[in-house]
Amino acid sequence: MAVKDALLALLAGGPCHGYQLKADFDAATGAAWPLNIGQVYSTLQRLERDGLVAADGDPDSDGRQAYRITADGREALHAWMAEPVAQPLATRDEVSMKVLVALATSVVPALEVVAAQRLAAMRTLQSLTALKSDSAGEALAWRLNLDRMVMLAEAEIRWLDLVEDRLEADGQTRTDNRRTATIDQAKKPAPRADRSVQKEPSP
Amino acid sequence: MTDPIADLVATSETSHRPSTDIVLSMRRISLTLGAGARRVDALIDIDLDVAAGELVAVTGRSGSGKSSLLNVAGGLSAPTGGSVTVDGVGLVGMSQRALAAMRRRSVGVVFQDLNLLPTLTAAENVALPLELDGVRLREARRQAVAALEAVELGSMIDSHPDELSGGERQRVAIARGLAGPRRLLLADEPTGSLDEVTSEGVMRLLRERCDTGSAVLLVTHDPSQAAWADRVIRLRDGRIDGVSIRADVPVDLSELGR
Repeated sequence: MAVKDALLALLAGGPCHGYQLKADFDAATGAAWPLNIGQVYSTLQRLERDGLVAADGDPDSDGRQAYRITADGREALHAWMAEPVAQPLATRDEVSMKVLVALATSVVPALEVVAAQRLAAMRTLQSLTALKSDSAGEALAWRLNLDRMVMLAEAEIRWLDLVEDRLEADGQTRTDNRRTATIDQAKKPAPRADRSVQKEPSP
Repeated sequence: MTDPIADLVATSETSHRPSTDIVLSMRRISLTLGAGARRVDALIDIDLDVAAGELVAVTGRSGSGKSSLLNVAGGLSAPTGGSVTVDGVGLVGMSQRALAAMRRRSVGVVFQDLNLLPTLTAAENVALPLELDGVRLREARRQAVAALEAVELGSMIDSHPDELSGGERQRVAIARGLAGPRRLLLADEPTGSLDEVTSEGVMRLLRERCDTGSAVLLVTHDPSQAAWADRVIRLRDGRIDGVSIRADVPVDLSELGR
């Protein structure tokens, strides 16, 4: 995680002790990353060990030690800022797996999986949007976090729409009444369970 | 046998609604377009209520029937079967003249086709339906200016459509739909050519109108627009295919320190 780089960035504004750094971190990130004071101090110790920060003067009357960024620290910070993050490609999630496996096996029609997942994603998107509509007075950092979550939920819905379009273009159809189909599918395992019971020797 | 999805659609019991004051009620709506080999069932057996204070979005791919549904709701298309009431008044069988008067009085419409009159200024375009409905000129202008300010066009009130950008023209059309005391707002892709931030402003506006007691029916293919709604109804081949109701308890953001 890039917490150490974020703390370096905050220290670039001037010397700071741990409690203030945590408060600055929360304000900068919209409090979206949980960070406790213990982590702040352990991170500062690692940064000090690596020569990226140094103790700034003596501890204050409350025993709090301030830190300042070093020249090496500034270099490391600028290198971090300049290097784009290599995002993991979000293909290996459970939604893709379920849709693809449904498609490959026909355990249930893939379009049913798509429809159910889309409803759930829409519900999440509605909740996020409700938060967004109440967020006018919130900090910019928090609103930007919400925007990102909204866009990720939206991307899932768009992908599911596209799956449906592609499957239909390929001639896949969904049963007319997918609720009935779901119930039918749910019934199927029952006979198997009955058979397995019958196979067991009776007491 | 009761149909759980149909129940969800027709129900007037969602917690976000301040009352069960039904503004738009559609019962067993069907709409058939064309005839013979070209006959298309655009809407099949749709039940839908929208209450005051409720925003309902209709989604679905193009051709799913969502614009047809909006046209029937606003009395712009007569359904082949079923009934539509707005504030308790049945639209089916109403004269064209009475329909037009009802639309001017109670229904605000924001369609993709902007229909702005080129010879009128932005404020005059917005005020026109109010004036047609007998609102005094001065009052109509006051309401028009307020609606234009709400869409951040306060400085453009005296501009003609050809002096405005595409996005600005769209916002004038939105202001025209919102001006005056509309009980029912119908919006078809209202943010089509607007950028993300302006679109959000428009959705916020629709949501606010809704929260002050209007019923809003929104048609959109865009999930992020639909998500402003209390209920999102997905149409597929003229039928209701799924309904997503906004949860009372929002998403769990505890991981994000909320």
